[in-house]
Formats: sequence, structure tokens, C-alpha cells
Amino acid sequence: MAISLEDPKKFRPLVSQAHQVAMNMLRPISRKYDRAEHEYPKELDMLAAMIDGLSESGANEGAGAAGVRRGEDGAKKDDGGVKNGANLASVMSIAEMCWGDVGLLLSMPRQGLGNSAIASVANDEQAERFAGVWAGMAITEPGTGSDSANITTTAVLDGDEYVLNGEKIYVTAGDRADHIVVWATLDRSLGRAAIKSFVVPKGTPGMRVDRLEHKLGIKASDTATIIFENCRVPKENLLGSPEIDTKQGFAGAMATFDNTRPLVAAMAVGCARAALDLTRSLLADAGVTVDHDRPAHLQHAAAAKLLQMEADWEAAHLLMLQAAWMADNRRPNSLEASMAKAKAGRVGSDITLSCVELCGSVGYSEAELLEKWARDSKILDIFEGTQQIQQLIVARRVLGLSSAELK
Amino acid sequence: MSLIQKLGPGGRHGLATQESRDPIGYAVAALNRVAQSDLIDRLGLRRTAEQTVFTVTRTGFRTATAAGRSFQRAGQRGKPGVRVPSAPRTGVFDLTPTEDEQMLVDVVTELAEEVVRPAAAEADECCTVPDSVRSAAQEVGLPLLGVPESLGGISEERSAMAGTLVAEALAKGDMGLAVATLAPGSVATALGLWGTDEQQRTYLPAFAGEDVPAAALALNEPTVLFDVLVPSTTAVRRGDSYVLNGTKSLVPLGAEAELFVVGASLDGTPVLFLVESSTAGLTVEGDPGMGVRAAGLTRLELTDVTVPAEAVLGATDGTTYTECVRLSRLAWCALAVGTGQAVLDYVTPYVKEREAFGEPIAHRQSVAFMVANIAIELQAMRLLTYKAAARAAAGKEFGREVGLARNLCAAKGMQIGLDGVQVLGGHGFVKEHPVERWYRDLRAVGVMEGSVLV
Repeated sequence: MAISLEDPKKFRPLVSQAHQVAMNMLRPISRKYDRAEHEYPKELDMLAAMIDGLSESGANEGAGAAGVRRGEDGAKKDDGGVKNGANLASVMSIAEMCWGDVGLLLSMPRQGLGNSAIASVANDEQAERFAGVWAGMAITEPGTGSDSANITTTAVLDGDEYVLNGEKIYVTAGDRADHIVVWATLDRSLGRAAIKSFVVPKGTPGMRVDRLEHKLGIKASDTATIIFENCRVPKENLLGSPEIDTKQGFAGAMATFDNTRPLVAAMAVGCARAALDLTRSLLADAGVTVDHDRPAHLQHAAAAKLLQMEADWEAAHLLMLQAAWMADNRRPNSLEASMAKAKAGRVGSDITLSCVELCGSVGYSEAELLEKWARDSKILDIFEGTQQIQQLIVARRVLGLSSAELK
Repeated sequence: MSLIQKLGPGGRHGLATQESRDPIGYAVAALNRVAQSDLIDRLGLRRTAEQTVFTVTRTGFRTATAAGRSFQRAGQRGKPGVRVPSAPRTGVFDLTPTEDEQMLVDVVTELAEEVVRPAAAEADECCTVPDSVRSAAQEVGLPLLGVPESLGGISEERSAMAGTLVAEALAKGDMGLAVATLAPGSVATALGLWGTDEQQRTYLPAFAGEDVPAAALALNEPTVLFDVLVPSTTAVRRGDSYVLNGTKSLVPLGAEAELFVVGASLDGTPVLFLVESSTAGLTVEGDPGMGVRAAGLTRLELTDVTVPAEAVLGATDGTTYTECVRLSRLAWCALAVGTGQAVLDYVTPYVKEREAFGEPIAHRQSVAFMVANIAIELQAMRLLTYKAAARAAAGKEFGREVGLARNLCAAKGMQIGLDGVQVLGGHGFVKEHPVERWYRDLRAVGVMEGSVLV
């Protein structure tokens, strides 16, 4: 095979389809649900039905978070043993949908981050049983953010059921999803190795949505606080192995992140491109265009800034594709997933904020979507591991240091 | 202009033109003149050790260019040269080099580790390439990388990707020596890409032979806000020949080069010209810079240099010239990636060994995060560079991709050099460690035009 970093040819139809959906379905309702926080975007049910239909027909390979799975899927190789598969398809279609609207993408039925967690760690029986659910992801607690090994929500085996107790906050799609993947500890004294994830169907007695957050951005997406009080789930709903393997430690639960971080990078890449595309066109109307051959210093300052943003964007985009490509080819990608999210997260903020600045009051006003994208992008440098957590992971991997050495 | 202004200090010694002297300033300036005079030495007023050593300063040498061999004219004038096909387009996202490319990278990596790196500090100091490096590079076949097989080279298809990987691997050893050893091959590659049958058969056999001529691409000019696409060096048609006038700066191997590819404006359009070093009117003087010193950078002066009509390399509509600029920027991106990797590979063990406050400094986030960011941005630079290179090799439009890669590599490459020195603290500032050299070298990436291409 040979080095090529073009978007995979086979996913061109998928991407252009996602682009049409983003343009014609999400953009027209983007501002509406930014203003009407907590109102259910009913338009999405229609869209979800369409995506399900496409999946059934086989025309749609892995659009959305649920498509990410490292199973033994027969691994159809494209050429010379190199695979462009579901992970690449997912990041590309998610980026495209987030070019439409990040908040709405996060509200897409059956495409939650919990779905990705199920796909990552579920066994075959669970994968089948939870096929088609819409799963939110509940990790963060009032006293526990980035230090997710420290969670206090407990799961105690009682007969054939686990009994869950604790409070989870910032659960994306926590109100609308029909299932929640909850992180809880089997034994606090055994540390991170005892942390397991559980699938809890909505309506299970003892689980309730306490309240919804009012946020800076992604207002179309509901962010819930969920309380578990003696909430009983069948023991088969524990994802992966119930064994507490202190040697493997946190790795099992954390493996989810290797799959979800490239997806969040994709969200930032998509959101940033929305801002970049509009700003480029607004600047062109104002007579400023970028010449890729001329030195930046000899061009309009706005063109020079645009050039720098474009370079940073391409960097995030390619790191995202790299992480997904490695997952498609079954290579460990923790380092690359964190690199992609770190770069995409900070670039997403810089680009969306700079675009507002470049476009002046046009950028700042609600008359355009630029100010909204500058608000939406911020969460992407926070959830699924903050910028600082990504740097910590990259540093530990590059330097070969343990979490005890590099705290 | 008043007398006072004439005596003004501005415009020299790094002073802005509006600097002015007050009476104390004039007194100090006068004292300095005394301090510089030989008289005080004859009177024994100064320790002789104060003699500063400028081994290769601007005034170090100024000579005519190397006499050079006479290239035997061959081939058919006006007949298009041999062209290798583009690399196939697969449409599959893939970061795996071909087997051939991997083999090349392995060989060049060994060369970089065992020959180039050990020679780097001294080569930087003396601004020359040691023979050991030169012959090793020749043995590996660097000059032939972009030369078509049928002309004695090793290229079966467009070699931009292979060239990029090789430049990266070589620069991991040393950027200056990489430029020096890649410069002749860059001219050979240019001949392979754009040369006529006559040009290829006249010049390329020498590059495939035992005694490879030094050669270089001269595109840079010593002006601020320089735009490489608008060179102020001019070419004027006179009968069957062109007359070139102008100054080219930071030209590698200028003192010894036997063949230059010079960029000049012909009727307002930038065009490449093949200029043999023995041509009358060429002078070369040392032009060492902040870094990349092993490349023996020079300033090339062209005064009424007359070359035959068939000295034009490629098209006269600016397309060849623009492609040359892009391929050259691509090479500099690859050099930045290689040098950035050298920094990362050096600081990684350093921060784990160096202790402060009772533990390795790597255990502190402020240090560890700098290393993390070096790793992240370096990989981003690499991916952008590879994307542009792969497009160039496949014969696709790659101007945008090179522009972006250069933008990122110039900014982040410099940041990596800066952070590399910072992480080492005082150790980073002294020549006992190579990081200060990489700092100087990495500044070249946003500045250099020409010199090398892939």
C-alpha cells in the first residue's frame, strides 16, 4: 500500500449524504433549538427513522456513534490488508453532521455516547440485546470530574441483581435517551479496577432524572442530573467482565474513551469547519481571499489568520482520521485518540472564537450562527476528557510514565 | 541629507534607520573606533586573545564560483525529456509507506544516526560537509532519488513521497547536513521533472556517476517581505541567449556548486534557468545564517550572466516555477518534521533523568505538558506534510496542502525548537547539547525558499 491521506473514496457518498442532511435538516432548526433549550427537537425522530432505514438497507456504514465497534466483523480489507471501516465512516459522518449542529447531533436518537460505550465493551449477547437502544453516558459526579477513578456511585450484587446508589451529573441526552450507561464501583477499596459500567433502562425503579442544566452552548442537547436510589438492574447488564482484575486496572472501562475521543474530535472538526466555511465566504464578500502560494505576511491580516486556522483545522482533521484509521486496523490508538482530541478541542475553540472576532459584529450577533458555534465548541474541549487530561495521557504515553509518577 | 544624518548610526549593525546619537553616543562611538584600531595593539594595550574568530563571516570569502567541469552537451534540443508516471491513486486512507519507501527510510535512518548526527556539531561550526557524510550520502543513492530509471536513476514513479520520507529521516540526523546532501539530488530531480532531452542527457549522467557535482536551487533573495513568486532577479532575452542580473541569498553549497537552478523574472513571469558555475559574471560570497550552517550557505551575485536559450528549465509561463516553489516548501516541511522528531527524542529521556526538587522534572505537568504538545504538533506537522507529498506524487493539485503544511511547520516547528531549549534550561542554551542547534535550524523553515526539493 501507499501513503495517502485523502478522505476515503468509498465514504464519499456517505459524507455527501450527511452533508445534505446537515444542510437541509439541521441548519434550518439550529437557532430554533439554541433558543428553545430543553424543548425536544421532534424533527430528529424523522431523521433517526431515515438513518435506521439506511442502515437496514446497508447503504449506510456506521454513520454515528453506534457504528464504532471493534468486533470480529470479517474485516473486509480494501487493499493490501489496509482497512477503511466503520471508525473512519463514523468520524467523517459525525464531523459532517456537526458542521450542521453539534447539539442536534448529540440529540440524535440511538446515536448517544452510551451507544459507543456499549459497542466498545459489550459482549455479543449484550450487543444483540441492546441493539437499537438510545443510550446516554453517566460518568461525572458532583465531586468527581476528570478524576473518574474516584467515583462514589456504588453497585452491590444482591442475588441476580446489582443495586446502584449515587448521583450522576452532566449526562448528555440523559432525559431523552431510553437507556443510561452508568459507571459505578463494585468496591471502593479496590480503586479503579473495581469500576464497571452498567446499562440501566429508563423506567427502572430507583432511577430518576432530577433536573436539566442551562448551558453556554449545545443547548439543543439535554444535559441531565440522574439520581440512583436502590436502583436494581439484572446482573447481565454489567458490560464486559464482572471480575475485578487489579492488574488490568482501569483499562477496561477506559477503553471506551479510545473509541469516543476520536468522535468528539470529529465534533470539534465539524463545528470549526462550519465557522471557517462561513467566515471564508464572508471575507471573500469583503474582498479578502487566501492565496496558498504567497507568504502569509504579504497578505491581508485576515487572510493570514484564515490561513493559520485552515492549517490548524487540517491538522485536527488528519489526527482525527489517523486515530479512526488505527482503530479500523485494530491497532492500539489511545495515544492517537488523545492527540486528536487535544488538538481538535483547542483548535475548535480558537477557530470559532477567531471567526467571531474576524467577522466583528456580524460574528457576534445572533443574526448569524458564528456566535453560537463559538459557544457550542467549548464543551468539546471538556467532555470525554478535558484538554488537560488529553495532555496528561499523551505525556504519560510519550514519556512512559505511570499515573503515580506523572500525576 | 544633512551631515548629522549621514553620521547617524541607523541602517547598520542591526539598528533601525531612525536611531540617532546624542553627544554621549558620539563619544562612545569614537571610543569604539579607538578600541578597534590596530594602534593600541602595537602599543601593547590589549591582550591579543581578544582577536575574535570569525571563521566564516560575511567577509570571510568572496570569490568567483567554482570553475566546475564542462558538461558534455548531449541529447536532442527541444525534445521533451523522460518523465516518470505519477504514483497510483488508491482512494484508501493509509499511513503505511510502500516497501520500497520503507527500505529507503531504514537505510537513511541508519545513515542519519551513524554518520550524520556524529558529524553535525563540527559541520555546523565550520560550515562545511565532511567527506564521510558526502560519500555515505552518495553511496545510499541520495542524488538519484528523483532521477528516472532510464536515465540511470532509481525512480520508477513520481518520488515526492519517497523524497519527503528521506528528507525527514535525514534531518533527524541534522538539518544542515540534510540540506547539503539533498541539494544536488534536488537539482537532479528538477531535471528529471522538467528537463528537455538535451538537458537530461547533458547533466544527469554526472549525477549518476562517481563524482556527483555539487548543485543547488537558488530561489531566495536578500530583501525583506520577499515574495518568491516575484523575484527581482531578471532575465532579458538577447538574441539566442538570456542575460541574468540579480542576487540570490542562502544558496547552499554555493562555493563548490557546479550547477545552479536560478529563479529569475522573464517579462514579469518567474522562470527557472540552469546556470553552470563556470559562466562569466557569477560571484559567490559566504552568507552563513543563524542555522543550517553545514549547508555552506552563500550569496550568489549574477552580473550580466549570459546563458543560452536552452538554459530555460521547464515552462516559461510560471507553472514550472510555482511547482518548484511548492516542492521545495514540501522538502522544508519534511526537514522540519525530522528535526522536530530529533528534539522530541532528545528531551524525552532528558526530562526523565534530570531531577529537581527531588524527582525527575518529567513528573511535573508543566514540563510533561510541553513534551506532550511537542508530540501532538509534531504528528500534526507530519500528517499535513505527508498529505501534500502524497498528492504531489499522485499528480494531484497540491498547492493548498503545501501552503497549509508550510504554515503549520513554520509555526509549530519553531515552537518545538523553542520548547526544546526551554525544557533543558541552561543545558538547552549551551553547545554541549544539540538542542540550541535545532532551535537555530528550525527558524529556517518559514524563511527558506528553494535550496532543496522533493
